[in-house]
Amino acid sequence: MMDFLNMGGYGFYVWGAYGVTALAIVVELASLRARARAAEKLAGRDER
Amino acid sequence: MSVKGRPEREYRSAQREGHSVITAVATFDDAPHYGALAAIRWGVARDLRLALRSRSELAVQILFYVIVVSLFPLASSPERALLAALGPGVLWVAALLASLLSLSRLFASDFGDGTLEQIALSPYPLPALVGGKILAHWLTTGLPMVVLAPVLALQYGIEPYVLNVIVLSLLLGTPVLSLLGAIGAALTLGARGGGSLLALLILPLYVPVLIFGAGSADAVRAGLSASPNLSLIAAGLLIALVGAPFATAAAVRIALD
Amino acid sequence: MNLYQLSSPATFYPIAGRLAPWFAWAAAICAATGLWIGFGVAPTDFQQGDAYRIIFIHVPAAWMSMFVYIVMAFWGVIALSFNTRLSAMMAQALAPTGAWMTFIALWTGAFWGRPTWGTYWAWDARMTSELILLFLYFGVIALRNALDDPRRADRACAVLSIVGAVNIPIIYFSVVWWNTLHQGASVSPTGSKMNTIMLTGMLVMSFAAWFYAIAVVLWRVRAIILERERGSAWIAALPGLARA
Repeated sequence: MMDFLNMGGYGFYVWGAYGVTALAIVVELASLRARARAAEKLAGRDER
Repeated sequence: MSVKGRPEREYRSAQREGHSVITAVATFDDAPHYGALAAIRWGVARDLRLALRSRSELAVQILFYVIVVSLFPLASSPERALLAALGPGVLWVAALLASLLSLSRLFASDFGDGTLEQIALSPYPLPALVGGKILAHWLTTGLPMVVLAPVLALQYGIEPYVLNVIVLSLLLGTPVLSLLGAIGAALTLGARGGGSLLALLILPLYVPVLIFGAGSADAVRAGLSASPNLSLIAAGLLIALVGAPFATAAAVRIALD
Repeated sequence: MNLYQLSSPATFYPIAGRLAPWFAWAAAICAATGLWIGFGVAPTDFQQGDAYRIIFIHVPAAWMSMFVYIVMAFWGVIALSFNTRLSAMMAQALAPTGAWMTFIALWTGAFWGRPTWGTYWAWDARMTSELILLFLYFGVIALRNALDDPRRADRACAVLSIVGAVNIPIIYFSVVWWNTLHQGASVSPTGSKMNTIMLTGMLVMSFAAWFYAIAVVLWRVRAIILERERGSAWIAALPGLARA
């Protein structure tokens, strides 16, 4: 397990890269969900 | 009296000779010809005349270029070697910034008073009319920078053989800046965000020109030939000459709809 | 169903809603498989140690950053040629995802470069043009937000993305045209010089990135359709909208 986290001494770089990628995915999905919710709300309000 | 667009006696003589009436009137010699060259000439002449009427505005833009170039030696150490290395890059960056600042006057005032709409409605090809305006813009913005570069380069102690390359790169590159900048100016007509938006749109396109322009001087300083970099700028100029007027015309029509 | 019917937002909206979860699951499965190959199966590299494992994110993200831009420019061409709203909405939906892919490519590239080349960043041809790509994405998004008329924004962003598309070949071929710090192309249509397991892991992760992008873009275009088409009868008839 420690070997896995350590990545042969390059742990900071590998997990720094993967971690920020995971963060970017989470942020993109979260902002997309917020946008979809807001759009649905607006569309629900504007029915003719 | 003219019949079907041709003088009557020609029409009658064609009939007598047995030509069918349709072929006799097949050519419309007196139809007006809306040529590109005339459109370019018109665009250049009008914009130059307008620009020279407000000479102080032109002077301000050129002064901006001079001041920006003069700032860097003040900010960094006046050590000769460092300045000579920085010089070409600074001249080029200042050219980019001065070009960005001056782009707004390409279309904005015409857009504001409705002239641009009339220009777009004209039977002359819009890319040619726009091309004329871009040429006028370069003559009043880019060309002065090319001419001033040797004088300003004195502040940086740039060697003469490098100076030649800088002037040549600016001569090839500043038209590209005007051409690409015109696309951005047309796209952002009347948009919020003004000059900053234009900068954001145009600077990514300017960066390759900057890299090759300043790079040509760096190559010569390193003892290599400048022709790879200069050839690439020239290639970019050719592509921009062909493509940018059409892209700009499309953007103008989009802005006017 | 006639393919042209798909160009109606009303028709496409439910189809996108049904397709997106499939692509999302496919992305998750590919990612799990790819990461298992990348961390569980692939051996440690002789020269770079375990730092090379960043490749399983970096290369797929870089490929997607270029591919998404090309697709965005493609939809821009379609929107200008046929004046279709949905094509422009697709282009609008692609821009943020492309920007994220570019950011991930740049960040993971920097974190890979530091242990292997000694620097987070170098101004070489490929890195510089990838950074320019990020600014091109920002420019398209900024222009969209700056123009009030959505139809004018559609056309203007289409023109801008087409003009910027000239950057994509520069990024891709930069490692061929210039002597550059970034390594040359290891994968090409004719074959690869890479270890097979590493290559497999990278390809599986590329599919993961592609399916992820499709799912996210389909979800985003649904939100855009709702934003821009609101007030239409078909939206009012949609079940399940949160009524305010």
